[in-house]
Amino acid sequence: MSVSEERRQILSSEEMDEALRNLAGQIADRYPLESIVFVGIVTRGATVAERVRGVLNRIKPEIQTGTLDISLYRDDLERFNKVPSLETSDIPFAVDGARIILFDEVLFTGRTVRAALNGLLDYGRPAKIDLAVLVDRGGRELPVQPDFVGYKLDAKPTDYVQVRLREVDDEEGVFISDKRPVK
Amino acid sequence: MSHESPASRKDLLDIASLEREEIEFLLETAKPFKDLVSRSVKMVPTLRGRTVLNLFYEPSTRTRSSFEIAAKRLSADVINFTVSTSSVTKGESVLDTIETLQAMRADYLVVRHQMAGIPSFVAKHTGASVLNAGDGYHAHPTQALLDAYTLREIYPDLTGKRVVICGDILHSRVARSTSTILEKLGAEVGLLGPGSLVPRHCAKRFKVFRTWDEVFAWEPDVVYLLRVQFERQKAQFFPGVSEYHREFGVTDERLETIQERGLYVMHPGPINRGVELTDDVTRYERCLINQQVENGIPTRMAAMYWLKPETADRR
Repeated sequence: MSVSEERRQILSSEEMDEALRNLAGQIADRYPLESIVFVGIVTRGATVAERVRGVLNRIKPEIQTGTLDISLYRDDLERFNKVPSLETSDIPFAVDGARIILFDEVLFTGRTVRAALNGLLDYGRPAKIDLAVLVDRGGRELPVQPDFVGYKLDAKPTDYVQVRLREVDDEEGVFISDKRPVK
Repeated sequence: MSHESPASRKDLLDIASLEREEIEFLLETAKPFKDLVSRSVKMVPTLRGRTVLNLFYEPSTRTRSSFEIAAKRLSADVINFTVSTSSVTKGESVLDTIETLQAMRADYLVVRHQMAGIPSFVAKHTGASVLNAGDGYHAHPTQALLDAYTLREIYPDLTGKRVVICGDILHSRVARSTSTILEKLGAEVGLLGPGSLVPRHCAKRFKVFRTWDEVFAWEPDVVYLLRVQFERQKAQFFPGVSEYHREFGVTDERLETIQERGLYVMHPGPINRGVELTDDVTRYERCLINQQVENGIPTRMAAMYWLKPETADRR
């Protein structure tokens, strides 16, 4: 992996764990008894959802998780020279009447969440959707706010904030850079 | 894990010019589109505000409606322009029609024509993405994609799988495109047909058989039957329908062998019952005709998703 030199680590692997536990704690406090399901936005949102489920496993073992690929709902497909490769969305439970926690790793403009909401609502009519993000970096372009936040950060709109997870990447932590990182 | 996708092309004109990775991408991309049917809303907004124009100079029910459903599931607007109802019968040339259609600002043109090369010609004269829906004896790339997709559902790897394509090879764009895609995906292709309907040059690329006995001795995994295209045969290429059925069709006796060996049977439709196959073949559980029709929609959605028009209002 090649990275620009300006890249700085904001959260270490341990600190990111702490943020994940923080996120899990907020969710457990809000829904101590209610039945909830998780939907993670492909790719890293899904990993965050899995991790949080792991943390909550002892106290809420019944949580089911699904994944959602939002590529087909993006509002910027025309800007791509290459269309994104599609992952299969896998939502193994009925969305109708479900209390859903939607996960993403970073919340920035809110456009991904908008796309995810459109996508999720095409599966049915949930009773409620909450938004959980590991990192809220600010910079919203749409009126979207998270219900659960693992770590809050004030990044410049031109900064790139990256959450790296060992299930997907070859490292772990949260990074910031003023150059576009090479994925 | 996300894999790198190949750069978009403007048009889909044939299979021969596609790279293997482009074919793989289209087949992979079709999967999530196929899953849409299990949702309460079977559409995605990907092509919202775009216009798909079906330009058919040749009759077609299933291909045209398959493209239409595919476009609608992507939220595009669809306009059907068919020869019998349009001014083509008034002697308007293809180019005149294209210019008229340009003014309508279609983003995607689905073109079928009895003459080979018309879709490529259209593609050169428009910024819209052109999808070849069959041109003369030349190519039918979306048919090939849906055939490959259907087989991949059974055999995730087609390497070394043997497919015999049987029938009127000479007049068949399906034979051309489907044999090409199967070859590119590593399958072995054999051909069976009346001597008058199998072009000589085919023997350089494929195994050519004269009888079903030879075919069965080769031990194919899949039998792909082509439609006898009575409308394309200006001369008589074989003595009669019953003779064709006896020599080259799947008779009840051959179906027995096919069933014993568990071979899969495919056909691009529409079928001529009693010619290429009998009613019993359509009831055979390894007959994939319905799956082929079903898979036409997600594979055509994948193609439209991947192509990128150069229409003026696009960035």
